[in-house]
Amino acid sequence: MSVRVENLTKMYDDQKAVDDLSFEVTEGRILGFLGPNGAGKSTTMKIATGYIPPSQGTVYVNGMDVRSNSLAIRKITGYLAEQNPLYSEMYIAEFLRFCGGLYELSGRKLKQRVGEMMDLCGLMPEQKKKIGKLSKGYKQRVGLAQALIHEPDVIILDEPTSGLDPNQITEIRNLIKHLSLDKTVLLSTHIMQEVEALCEDVVIINKGKIVGSGTVDELKSKSEKGMVLIVEFSDVPAVEVLMRINGISEIEFESKNKIRLYCSKDVDPRSAIFQYASEAKLELLGLQVQKNSLEEIFTQLTKKSDK
Amino acid sequence: MRRILAKELNAFFSSIAAYLVLGIFLVVTGLLMWVFPDTAVLSYGYADMSTLFTFGPYIFLFLVPAITMRLFAEENKGGTMELLLTKPLRDWDIIVGKYFAGIIIILVALIPTLIYYYSVYALGNPVGNIDSAGVTGSYIGLFLLAAVFCAAGLFASSLTENQILAFLLGAFLCFLIYAGFDGLSRMSLSGSAAYMMERIGILYHYEAMSKGLLDSRDIYYFVCTILLFLFLTKMKISSRKW
Repeated sequence: MSVRVENLTKMYDDQKAVDDLSFEVTEGRILGFLGPNGAGKSTTMKIATGYIPPSQGTVYVNGMDVRSNSLAIRKITGYLAEQNPLYSEMYIAEFLRFCGGLYELSGRKLKQRVGEMMDLCGLMPEQKKKIGKLSKGYKQRVGLAQALIHEPDVIILDEPTSGLDPNQITEIRNLIKHLSLDKTVLLSTHIMQEVEALCEDVVIINKGKIVGSGTVDELKSKSEKGMVLIVEFSDVPAVEVLMRINGISEIEFESKNKIRLYCSKDVDPRSAIFQYASEAKLELLGLQVQKNSLEEIFTQLTKKSDK
Repeated sequence: MRRILAKELNAFFSSIAAYLVLGIFLVVTGLLMWVFPDTAVLSYGYADMSTLFTFGPYIFLFLVPAITMRLFAEENKGGTMELLLTKPLRDWDIIVGKYFAGIIIILVALIPTLIYYYSVYALGNPVGNIDSAGVTGSYIGLFLLAAVFCAAGLFASSLTENQILAFLLGAFLCFLIYAGFDGLSRMSLSGSAAYMMERIGILYHYEAMSKGLLDSRDIYYFVCTILLFLFLTKMKISSRKW
Protein backbone atom coordinates (compact mmCIF):
# COMPACT_ATOMS: atom_id res chain seq x y z
CA MET A 1 0.00 0.00 0.00
CA SER A 2 2.73 2.43 -0.86
CA VAL A 3 2.36 5.75 -2.62
CA ARG A 4 4.96 6.26 -5.31
CA VAL A 5 5.32 9.60 -7.04
CA GLU A 6 7.25 9.19 -10.27
CA ASN A 7 8.71 12.05 -12.29
CA LEU A 8 5.58 14.02 -11.58
CA THR A 9 5.20 17.32 -13.41
CA LYS A 10 2.18 19.61 -13.35
CA MET A 11 1.91 22.69 -15.52
CA TYR A 12 -0.60 25.46 -14.94
CA ASP A 13 -0.48 27.32 -18.22
CA ASP A 14 3.23 28.14 -18.47
CA GLN A 15 3.96 27.79 -14.80
CA LYS A 16 5.42 24.62 -13.40
CA ALA A 17 3.69 23.88 -10.09
CA VAL A 18 5.40 20.52 -9.70
CA ASP A 19 8.65 19.82 -11.49
CA ASP A 20 9.82 16.26 -12.07
CA LEU A 21 9.07 15.13 -8.52
CA SER A 22 9.85 11.58 -7.40
CA PHE A 23 9.55 10.06 -3.95
CA GLU A 24 7.86 7.20 -2.19
CA VAL A 25 5.80 6.80 0.94
CA THR A 26 6.65 3.38 2.28
CA GLU A 27 3.87 1.14 3.47
CA GLY A 28 2.81 1.75 7.05
CA ARG A 29 4.86 4.90 7.54
CA ILE A 30 4.00 8.56 7.91
CA LEU A 31 5.73 10.86 5.47
CA GLY A 32 5.80 14.57 6.16
CA PHE A 33 5.59 16.57 2.98
CA LEU A 34 7.13 19.95 3.65
CA GLY A 35 7.54 23.11 1.74
CA PRO A 36 6.79 26.81 1.81
CA ASN A 37 3.38 27.98 0.63
CA GLY A 38 2.98 27.54 -3.09
CA ALA A 39 5.72 24.91 -3.34
CA GLY A 40 3.39 22.42 -5.01
CA LYS A 41 2.34 20.31 -2.02
CA SER A 42 -1.39 20.59 -2.56
CA THR A 43 -1.04 20.06 -6.29
CA THR A 44 0.85 16.83 -5.73
CA MET A 45 -1.78 15.64 -3.29
CA LYS A 46 -4.64 16.57 -5.61
CA ILE A 47 -2.99 14.51 -8.32
CA ALA A 48 -2.49 11.57 -5.97
CA THR A 49 -6.21 11.58 -5.13
CA GLY A 50 -7.24 11.74 -8.77
CA TYR A 51 -8.80 15.20 -8.53
CA ILE A 52 -6.56 16.66 -11.21
CA PRO A 53 -4.44 14.77 -13.73
CA PRO A 54 -0.64 15.05 -14.00
CA SER A 55 0.91 16.84 -16.99
CA GLN A 56 3.76 14.34 -17.04
CA GLY A 57 4.83 11.44 -14.87
CA THR A 58 2.36 9.83 -12.54
CA VAL A 59 1.54 8.64 -9.05
CA TYR A 60 1.14 4.97 -8.17
CA VAL A 61 -0.99 4.12 -5.18
CA ASN A 62 -0.65 0.50 -4.18
CA GLY A 63 0.83 -0.13 -7.61
CA MET A 64 -2.16 1.39 -9.42
CA ASP A 65 -1.65 4.30 -11.78
CA VAL A 66 -3.82 7.37 -11.02
CA ARG A 67 -4.17 8.05 -14.71
CA SER A 68 -5.94 4.76 -15.41
CA ASN A 69 -7.17 3.49 -12.04
CA SER A 70 -8.41 6.64 -10.39
CA LEU A 71 -11.68 5.12 -9.19
CA ALA A 72 -10.04 2.10 -7.57
CA ILE A 73 -7.48 4.36 -5.90
CA ARG A 74 -10.16 6.68 -4.54
CA LYS A 75 -11.82 3.66 -2.91
CA ILE A 76 -8.78 2.85 -0.76
CA THR A 77 -7.68 6.42 -0.10
CA GLY A 78 -8.88 8.85 2.52
CA TYR A 79 -8.32 12.51 1.71
CA LEU A 80 -8.60 15.65 3.77
CA ALA A 81 -8.34 18.65 1.46
CA GLU A 82 -6.66 21.85 2.52
CA GLN A 83 -9.87 23.90 2.75
CA ASN A 84 -11.66 20.96 4.35
CA PRO A 85 -14.87 21.31 2.32
CA LEU A 86 -17.97 20.12 4.21
CA TYR A 87 -21.72 20.46 3.78
CA SER A 88 -22.59 23.06 6.36
CA GLU A 89 -26.32 22.27 6.19
CA MET A 90 -25.85 18.66 7.27
CA TYR A 91 -25.64 17.20 10.75
CA ILE A 92 -22.38 15.44 11.58
CA ALA A 93 -23.79 11.92 11.56
CA GLU A 94 -25.81 12.65 8.42
CA PHE A 95 -22.68 13.84 6.64
CA LEU A 96 -20.64 10.83 7.76
CA ARG A 97 -23.45 8.51 6.62
CA PHE A 98 -23.44 10.24 3.24
CA CYS A 99 -19.66 9.92 2.88
CA GLY A 100 -19.68 6.32 4.06
CA GLY A 101 -22.42 5.61 1.54
CA LEU A 102 -20.22 6.93 -1.26
CA TYR A 103 -17.69 4.27 -0.26
CA GLU A 104 -20.46 1.71 -0.56
CA LEU A 105 -20.80 1.09 3.14
CA SER A 106 -24.38 0.39 4.06
CA GLY A 107 -26.73 -0.97 6.67
CA ARG A 108 -25.30 -2.06 9.99
CA LYS A 109 -21.69 -1.67 8.86
CA LEU A 110 -22.26 1.98 7.92
CA LYS A 111 -24.03 2.69 11.19
CA GLN A 112 -21.25 1.05 13.14
CA ARG A 113 -18.48 2.96 11.33
CA VAL A 114 -20.27 6.29 11.77
CA GLY A 115 -20.56 5.58 15.49
CA GLU A 116 -16.92 4.56 15.73
CA MET A 117 -15.66 7.63 13.92
CA MET A 118 -17.86 9.94 16.02
CA ASP A 119 -16.37 8.33 19.13
CA LEU A 120 -12.77 8.30 17.93
CA CYS A 121 -12.84 11.88 16.72
CA GLY A 122 -14.63 13.09 19.83
CA LEU A 123 -17.63 14.38 17.92
CA MET A 124 -20.28 13.04 20.28
CA PRO A 125 -20.64 16.27 22.34
CA GLU A 126 -21.48 18.22 19.16
CA GLN A 127 -23.67 15.66 17.47
CA LYS A 128 -26.80 17.78 17.60
CA LYS A 129 -25.23 20.67 15.71
CA LYS A 130 -25.14 21.29 12.01
CA ILE A 131 -21.65 21.29 10.58
CA GLY A 132 -21.88 24.98 9.71
CA LYS A 133 -22.24 25.81 13.42
CA LEU A 134 -19.15 23.91 14.55
CA SER A 135 -15.86 25.51 15.59
CA LYS A 136 -12.90 25.15 13.29
CA GLY A 137 -11.33 22.42 15.41
CA TYR A 138 -14.49 20.34 15.31
CA LYS A 139 -14.86 20.88 11.58
CA GLN A 140 -11.35 19.57 11.16
CA ARG A 141 -12.34 16.49 13.17
CA VAL A 142 -15.34 15.97 10.92
CA GLY A 143 -12.99 16.29 7.93
CA LEU A 144 -10.72 13.63 9.41
CA ALA A 145 -13.67 11.42 10.24
CA GLN A 146 -14.97 11.51 6.66
CA ALA A 147 -11.50 10.73 5.31
CA LEU A 148 -11.20 7.67 7.54
CA ILE A 149 -14.75 6.34 7.57
CA HIS A 150 -14.06 3.55 5.09
CA GLU A 151 -10.88 2.37 6.84
CA PRO A 152 -8.62 3.44 3.97
CA ASP A 153 -5.15 1.94 3.56
CA VAL A 154 -3.72 5.21 2.33
CA ILE A 155 -4.40 8.54 4.01
CA ILE A 156 -3.61 11.87 2.40
CA LEU A 157 -3.90 14.90 4.65
CA ASP A 158 -3.32 18.40 3.34
CA GLU A 159 -2.30 20.70 6.19
CA PRO A 160 -4.60 19.04 8.71
CA THR A 161 -3.77 21.47 11.54
CA SER A 162 -3.60 24.81 9.77
CA GLY A 163 -5.63 27.56 11.36
CA LEU A 164 -6.15 25.78 14.67
CA ASP A 165 -5.19 26.99 18.12
CA PRO A 166 -2.33 25.24 19.97
CA ASN A 167 -4.65 22.98 22.01
CA GLN A 168 -6.57 21.94 18.95
CA ILE A 169 -3.33 21.30 17.08
CA THR A 170 -2.20 18.91 19.79
CA GLU A 171 -5.57 17.19 19.81
CA ILE A 172 -5.69 16.76 16.04
CA ARG A 173 -2.08 15.56 16.02
CA ASN A 174 -2.82 12.94 18.64
CA LEU A 175 -5.85 11.93 16.68
CA ILE A 176 -3.83 11.51 13.50
CA LYS A 177 -1.19 9.55 15.33
CA HIS A 178 -3.80 7.33 16.88
CA LEU A 179 -5.80 6.76 13.71
CA SER A 180 -2.91 6.21 11.38
CA LEU A 181 -1.37 3.17 13.02
CA ASP A 182 -0.25 0.78 10.29
CA LYS A 183 -1.63 2.98 7.54
CA THR A 184 0.36 4.70 4.85
CA VAL A 185 0.12 8.42 5.43
CA LEU A 186 1.16 11.38 3.33
CA LEU A 187 0.81 14.55 5.36
CA SER A 188 1.65 18.03 4.19
CA THR A 189 2.46 20.87 6.49
CA HIS A 190 4.70 23.85 6.90
CA ILE A 191 4.94 23.49 10.65
CA MET A 192 8.19 21.82 11.68
CA GLN A 193 7.11 20.66 15.12
CA GLU A 194 4.36 18.75 13.41
CA VAL A 195 6.87 16.78 11.40
CA GLU A 196 8.94 16.05 14.47
CA ALA A 197 5.87 15.01 16.41
CA LEU A 198 4.25 12.86 13.74
CA CYS A 199 6.43 11.85 10.87
CA GLU A 200 9.02 9.20 10.32
CA ASP A 201 10.15 10.32 6.88
CA VAL A 202 10.38 13.77 5.42
CA VAL A 203 10.39 15.20 1.93
CA ILE A 204 11.04 18.91 1.58
CA ILE A 205 10.12 20.58 -1.68
CA ASN A 206 10.48 24.08 -2.98
CA LYS A 207 9.19 25.41 -6.28
CA GLY A 208 8.01 21.95 -7.24
CA LYS A 209 11.38 20.27 -6.71
CA ILE A 210 12.78 18.12 -3.92
CA VAL A 211 15.40 19.98 -1.91
CA GLY A 212 15.82 17.44 0.86
CA SER A 213 14.54 14.05 1.93
CA GLY A 214 15.21 11.29 4.42
CA THR A 215 14.25 10.42 7.94
CA VAL A 216 13.95 13.24 10.44
CA ASP A 217 17.34 12.41 12.00
CA GLU A 218 19.08 12.08 8.66
CA LEU A 219 17.89 15.50 7.65
CA LYS A 220 19.00 17.04 10.90
CA SER A 221 22.50 15.69 10.49
CA LYS A 222 22.67 17.14 6.98
CA SER A 223 22.83 20.66 8.32
CA GLU A 224 25.69 22.81 7.12
CA LYS A 225 26.12 24.53 10.44
CA GLY A 226 27.83 23.01 13.43
CA MET A 227 26.42 22.78 16.92
CA VAL A 228 25.41 25.69 19.07
CA LEU A 229 26.41 25.69 22.77
CA ILE A 230 25.05 27.78 25.57
CA VAL A 231 27.64 28.02 28.34
CA GLU A 232 27.26 29.64 31.72
CA PHE A 233 30.29 30.50 33.85
CA SER A 234 30.50 31.70 37.43
CA ASP A 235 32.17 34.91 36.25
CA VAL A 236 32.78 36.83 33.01
CA PRO A 237 34.87 34.67 30.64
CA ALA A 238 37.66 36.00 28.47
CA VAL A 239 36.45 36.14 24.93
CA GLU A 240 39.91 36.29 23.31
CA VAL A 241 40.96 33.04 24.98
CA LEU A 242 37.73 31.28 24.08
CA MET A 243 38.00 32.37 20.46
CA ARG A 244 41.36 30.61 20.29
CA ILE A 245 39.70 27.26 20.96
CA ASN A 246 39.59 25.19 17.82
CA GLY A 247 36.16 25.13 16.21
CA ILE A 248 34.52 28.12 17.83
CA SER A 249 33.54 30.53 15.13
CA GLU A 250 31.40 33.08 16.90
CA ILE A 251 30.55 34.17 20.43
CA GLU A 252 27.47 36.01 21.55
CA PHE A 253 26.73 37.21 25.10
CA GLU A 254 23.35 36.26 26.43
CA SER A 255 24.09 37.94 29.76
CA LYS A 256 27.23 38.97 31.65
CA ASN A 257 28.45 35.45 32.27
CA LYS A 258 26.35 33.41 29.89
CA ILE A 259 27.48 33.02 26.30
CA ARG A 260 26.28 31.41 23.11
CA LEU A 261 28.97 29.69 21.06
CA TYR A 262 28.58 28.90 17.39
CA CYS A 263 30.85 26.07 16.33
CA SER A 264 32.12 25.00 12.94
CA LYS A 265 30.70 21.92 11.33
CA ASP A 266 31.75 18.52 12.68
CA VAL A 267 33.75 19.90 15.62
CA ASP A 268 32.93 19.35 19.26
CA PRO A 269 34.78 21.89 21.47
CA ARG A 270 33.07 20.92 24.71
CA SER A 271 36.09 19.34 26.42
CA ALA A 272 38.25 22.30 25.41
CA ILE A 273 35.78 24.66 27.04
CA PHE A 274 35.85 22.62 30.21
CA GLN A 275 39.63 22.77 30.19
CA TYR A 276 39.57 26.54 29.72
CA ALA A 277 37.23 26.90 32.67
CA SER A 278 39.50 24.98 35.00
CA GLU A 279 42.60 26.84 33.78
CA ALA A 280 40.93 30.23 34.19
CA LYS A 281 39.67 29.17 37.65
CA LEU A 282 36.06 29.65 36.56
CA GLU A 283 33.26 27.36 37.54
CA LEU A 284 31.20 25.93 34.75
CA LEU A 285 27.57 26.40 35.81
CA GLY A 286 25.93 25.09 32.74
CA LEU A 287 26.61 23.70 29.29
CA GLN A 288 23.79 23.09 26.96
CA VAL A 289 23.86 21.78 23.39
CA GLN A 290 21.26 23.27 21.12
CA LYS A 291 20.42 20.77 18.45
CA ASN A 292 19.95 21.94 14.93
CA SER A 293 16.25 22.24 14.59
CA LEU A 294 14.41 20.99 11.57
CA GLU A 295 13.25 24.53 11.14
CA GLU A 296 16.78 25.75 10.44
CA ILE A 297 17.32 22.97 7.98
CA PHE A 298 14.09 23.80 6.25
CA THR A 299 15.15 27.43 5.92
CA GLN A 300 18.62 26.47 4.72
CA LEU A 301 17.35 24.05 2.11
CA THR A 302 14.57 26.20 0.73
CA LYS A 303 16.67 29.38 0.71
CA LYS A 304 19.49 27.61 -1.06
CA SER A 305 17.21 26.45 -3.85
CA ASP A 306 15.76 29.93 -4.20
CA LYS A 307 19.15 31.27 -5.19
CA MET B 1 -25.51 8.06 -8.32
CA ARG B 2 -28.27 6.94 -5.95
CA ARG B 3 -26.48 8.57 -3.03
CA ILE B 4 -26.16 11.89 -4.82
CA LEU B 5 -29.82 11.75 -5.82
CA ALA B 6 -30.84 11.06 -2.23
CA LYS B 7 -28.60 13.82 -0.92
CA GLU B 8 -30.03 16.40 -3.32
CA LEU B 9 -33.64 15.46 -2.59
CA ASN B 10 -32.88 15.57 1.10
CA ALA B 11 -31.26 18.97 0.81
CA PHE B 12 -34.12 20.31 -1.32
CA PHE B 13 -36.99 19.08 0.78
CA SER B 14 -35.37 20.09 4.05
CA SER B 15 -35.21 23.70 2.91
CA ILE B 16 -38.05 26.19 2.87
CA ALA B 17 -37.22 26.98 -0.76
CA ALA B 18 -38.68 23.64 -1.82
CA TYR B 19 -42.12 24.35 -0.44
CA LEU B 20 -42.00 27.87 -1.77
CA VAL B 21 -41.19 26.69 -5.30
CA LEU B 22 -43.84 23.95 -5.27
CA GLY B 23 -46.36 26.25 -3.59
CA ILE B 24 -45.84 29.03 -6.11
CA PHE B 25 -46.21 26.64 -9.01
CA LEU B 26 -49.49 25.26 -7.73
CA VAL B 27 -50.91 28.63 -6.68
CA VAL B 28 -50.11 30.24 -10.03
CA THR B 29 -51.42 27.34 -12.13
CA GLY B 30 -54.46 27.08 -9.86
CA LEU B 31 -55.28 30.78 -10.20
CA LEU B 32 -54.86 30.70 -13.97
CA MET B 33 -56.90 27.52 -14.35
CA TRP B 34 -59.78 28.30 -12.05
CA VAL B 35 -59.89 31.88 -10.85
CA PHE B 36 -58.69 34.56 -13.29
CA PRO B 37 -61.67 35.16 -15.59
CA ASP B 38 -59.52 35.67 -18.70
CA THR B 39 -57.96 32.26 -18.48
CA ALA B 40 -60.19 30.15 -16.22
CA VAL B 41 -61.78 27.02 -17.62
CA LEU B 42 -65.07 27.83 -15.92
CA SER B 43 -65.65 31.09 -17.74
CA TYR B 44 -64.30 29.70 -21.01
CA GLY B 45 -67.01 27.09 -21.16
CA TYR B 46 -65.08 24.39 -22.95
CA ALA B 47 -63.78 21.35 -21.11
CA ASP B 48 -60.09 21.56 -21.96
CA MET B 49 -56.85 22.28 -20.14
CA SER B 50 -55.08 24.45 -22.67
CA THR B 51 -54.54 27.12 -19.98
CA LEU B 52 -52.23 24.87 -18.00
CA PHE B 53 -50.28 23.85 -21.07
CA THR B 54 -50.00 27.38 -22.46
CA PHE B 55 -48.87 29.00 -19.24
CA GLY B 56 -47.07 25.99 -17.78
CA PRO B 57 -43.90 26.49 -19.85
CA TYR B 58 -43.68 30.15 -18.80
CA ILE B 59 -43.98 29.22 -15.13
CA PHE B 60 -41.38 26.50 -15.54
CA LEU B 61 -39.16 29.02 -17.29
CA PHE B 62 -38.62 30.60 -13.88
CA LEU B 63 -39.25 27.76 -11.50
CA VAL B 64 -37.00 25.11 -13.02
CA PRO B 65 -33.89 27.35 -12.91
CA ALA B 66 -34.87 28.17 -9.32
CA ILE B 67 -34.79 24.45 -8.55
CA THR B 68 -31.55 23.74 -10.41
CA MET B 69 -29.59 26.86 -9.52
CA ARG B 70 -28.05 25.48 -6.36
CA LEU B 71 -27.24 22.00 -7.64
CA PHE B 72 -23.69 22.80 -8.75
CA ALA B 73 -23.27 26.46 -7.80
CA GLU B 74 -23.45 25.59 -4.11
CA GLU B 75 -20.86 22.84 -4.46
CA ASN B 76 -18.60 25.16 -6.44
CA LYS B 77 -18.86 27.83 -3.80
CA GLY B 78 -18.32 25.57 -0.81
CA GLY B 79 -15.46 23.72 -2.49
CA THR B 80 -17.36 20.48 -1.95
CA MET B 81 -16.86 19.48 -5.58
CA GLU B 82 -13.36 18.48 -4.47
CA LEU B 83 -14.89 16.33 -1.75
CA LEU B 84 -17.22 14.58 -4.21
CA LEU B 85 -14.63 14.18 -6.94
CA THR B 86 -12.10 12.57 -4.63
CA LYS B 87 -14.68 10.01 -3.54
CA PRO B 88 -15.14 6.93 -5.70
CA LEU B 89 -17.72 8.62 -7.93
CA ARG B 90 -17.65 9.09 -11.68
CA ASP B 91 -18.37 12.55 -13.01
CA TRP B 92 -21.50 11.08 -14.58
CA ASP B 93 -22.70 9.70 -11.24
CA ILE B 94 -22.74 13.22 -9.87
CA ILE B 95 -24.33 14.83 -12.94
CA VAL B 96 -27.01 12.19 -13.44
CA GLY B 97 -27.77 12.04 -9.71
CA LYS B 98 -28.33 15.76 -9.57
CA TYR B 99 -30.30 15.77 -12.82
CA PHE B 100 -32.70 13.09 -11.64
CA ALA B 101 -33.16 14.92 -8.36
CA GLY B 102 -34.33 17.91 -10.42
CA ILE B 103 -36.64 15.69 -12.49
CA ILE B 104 -38.22 14.20 -9.39
CA ILE B 105 -38.89 17.64 -7.95
CA ILE B 106 -40.53 18.67 -11.23
CA LEU B 107 -42.70 15.55 -11.13
CA VAL B 108 -43.71 16.36 -7.57
CA ALA B 109 -44.85 19.78 -8.81
CA LEU B 110 -46.64 18.34 -11.81
CA ILE B 111 -48.51 15.46 -10.19
CA PRO B 112 -50.96 17.58 -8.12
CA THR B 113 -52.16 19.23 -11.35
CA LEU B 114 -53.72 15.89 -12.27
CA ILE B 115 -56.51 17.04 -9.97
CA TYR B 116 -57.24 19.77 -12.53
CA TYR B 117 -57.64 17.08 -15.15
CA TYR B 118 -60.00 15.12 -12.94
CA SER B 119 -61.99 18.28 -12.14
CA VAL B 120 -62.40 19.23 -15.79
CA TYR B 121 -63.23 15.62 -16.58
CA ALA B 122 -65.91 15.49 -13.90
CA LEU B 123 -67.33 18.93 -14.68
CA GLY B 124 -67.69 18.20 -18.37
CA ASN B 125 -71.17 17.91 -19.80
CA PRO B 126 -71.55 15.07 -20.47
CA VAL B 127 -69.01 13.89 -17.87
CA GLY B 128 -65.73 12.91 -19.45
CA ASN B 129 -66.14 15.18 -22.43
CA ILE B 130 -62.48 16.08 -22.65
CA ASP B 131 -59.82 15.31 -25.21
CA SER B 132 -57.96 12.83 -23.00
CA ALA B 133 -55.45 11.94 -25.70
CA GLY B 134 -54.61 15.61 -26.17
CA VAL B 135 -54.19 16.09 -22.43
CA THR B 136 -51.93 13.03 -22.16
CA GLY B 137 -49.79 14.26 -25.04
CA SER B 138 -49.64 17.71 -23.49
CA TYR B 139 -48.61 16.29 -20.12
CA ILE B 140 -45.83 14.29 -21.71
CA GLY B 141 -44.84 17.39 -23.69
CA LEU B 142 -44.84 19.62 -20.61
CA PHE B 143 -42.83 17.08 -18.66
CA LEU B 144 -40.25 16.72 -21.42
CA LEU B 145 -40.06 20.49 -21.75
CA ALA B 146 -39.39 20.78 -18.02
CA ALA B 147 -36.80 18.02 -18.37
CA VAL B 148 -34.99 20.08 -21.01
CA PHE B 149 -35.19 23.16 -18.79
CA CYS B 150 -33.78 21.09 -15.95
CA ALA B 151 -30.77 20.03 -18.04
CA ALA B 152 -30.22 23.63 -19.19
CA GLY B 153 -30.51 24.89 -15.61
CA LEU B 154 -28.09 22.23 -14.39
CA PHE B 155 -25.57 23.30 -17.01
CA ALA B 156 -26.00 26.98 -16.04
CA SER B 157 -25.43 26.02 -12.40
CA SER B 158 -22.21 24.18 -13.22
CA LEU B 159 -20.76 27.33 -14.78
CA THR B 160 -20.71 29.52 -11.70
CA GLU B 161 -20.49 29.55 -7.94
CA ASN B 162 -23.08 32.31 -7.68
CA GLN B 163 -26.62 30.97 -7.38
CA ILE B 164 -28.27 34.17 -8.61
CA LEU B 165 -26.12 34.12 -11.72
CA ALA B 166 -26.94 30.45 -12.17
CA PHE B 167 -30.63 31.28 -11.96
CA LEU B 168 -30.47 34.16 -14.44
CA LEU B 169 -28.34 32.21 -16.86
CA GLY B 170 -30.60 29.20 -16.54
CA ALA B 171 -33.74 31.26 -17.12
CA PHE B 172 -32.12 32.90 -20.15
CA LEU B 173 -31.12 29.55 -21.65
CA CYS B 174 -34.62 28.17 -21.10
CA PHE B 175 -36.17 31.24 -22.66
CA LEU B 176 -33.82 31.02 -25.63
CA ILE B 177 -34.64 27.41 -26.42
CA TYR B 178 -38.32 27.75 -25.62
CA ALA B 179 -39.33 30.97 -27.33
CA GLY B 180 -36.13 32.51 -28.61
CA PHE B 181 -35.54 30.32 -31.64
CA ASP B 182 -39.20 30.44 -32.53
CA GLY B 183 -39.17 34.22 -32.36
CA LEU B 184 -36.03 34.43 -34.46
CA SER B 185 -37.55 32.19 -37.09
CA ARG B 186 -40.31 34.76 -37.60
CA MET B 187 -37.81 37.41 -38.56
CA SER B 188 -37.39 37.89 -42.25
CA LEU B 189 -35.05 34.97 -42.73
CA SER B 190 -34.90 32.93 -45.87
CA GLY B 191 -37.39 30.06 -45.93
CA SER B 192 -35.05 27.21 -45.07
CA ALA B 193 -33.22 29.16 -42.35
CA ALA B 194 -36.53 30.02 -40.72
CA TYR B 195 -37.59 26.38 -40.98
CA MET B 196 -34.37 25.26 -39.28
CA MET B 197 -34.62 27.94 -36.63
CA GLU B 198 -38.17 26.99 -35.76
CA ARG B 199 -37.24 23.35 -35.32
CA ILE B 200 -34.30 24.11 -33.03
CA GLY B 201 -36.71 25.73 -30.57
CA ILE B 202 -38.86 23.70 -28.19
CA LEU B 203 -42.13 25.43 -29.02
CA TYR B 204 -42.56 23.73 -32.38
CA HIS B 205 -42.16 20.25 -30.88
CA TYR B 206 -44.15 21.09 -27.80
CA GLU B 207 -47.13 22.29 -29.82
CA ALA B 208 -47.01 19.19 -31.95
CA MET B 209 -47.25 17.07 -28.83
CA SER B 210 -50.09 19.13 -27.36
CA LYS B 211 -52.26 17.90 -30.19
CA GLY B 212 -51.94 14.43 -28.72
CA LEU B 213 -49.58 13.35 -31.47
CA LEU B 214 -46.52 11.58 -30.09
CA ASP B 215 -44.10 11.69 -32.99
CA SER B 216 -40.80 9.90 -32.39
CA ARG B 217 -38.98 12.85 -34.00
CA ASP B 218 -40.28 15.17 -31.30
CA ILE B 219 -39.29 12.73 -28.59
CA TYR B 220 -35.82 12.47 -30.14
CA TYR B 221 -35.59 16.22 -30.15
CA PHE B 222 -36.28 16.44 -26.43
CA VAL B 223 -33.96 13.58 -25.53
CA CYS B 224 -31.16 14.96 -27.68
CA THR B 225 -31.47 18.44 -26.19
CA ILE B 226 -31.34 16.98 -22.69
CA LEU B 227 -28.25 14.92 -23.58
CA LEU B 228 -26.62 17.95 -25.17
CA PHE B 229 -26.89 19.96 -21.96
CA LEU B 230 -25.79 17.04 -19.81
CA PHE B 231 -22.72 16.61 -22.03
CA LEU B 232 -21.96 20.31 -21.77
CA THR B 233 -22.18 19.96 -17.98
CA LYS B 234 -19.86 16.98 -18.11
CA MET B 235 -17.40 19.02 -20.17
CA LYS B 236 -17.48 21.79 -17.61
CA ILE B 237 -16.91 19.37 -14.72
CA SER B 238 -14.05 17.68 -16.57
CA SER B 239 -12.49 21.02 -17.48
CA ARG B 240 -10.55 20.89 -14.20
CA LYS B 241 -8.46 18.32 -15.98
CA TRP B 242 -7.47 20.56 -18.88
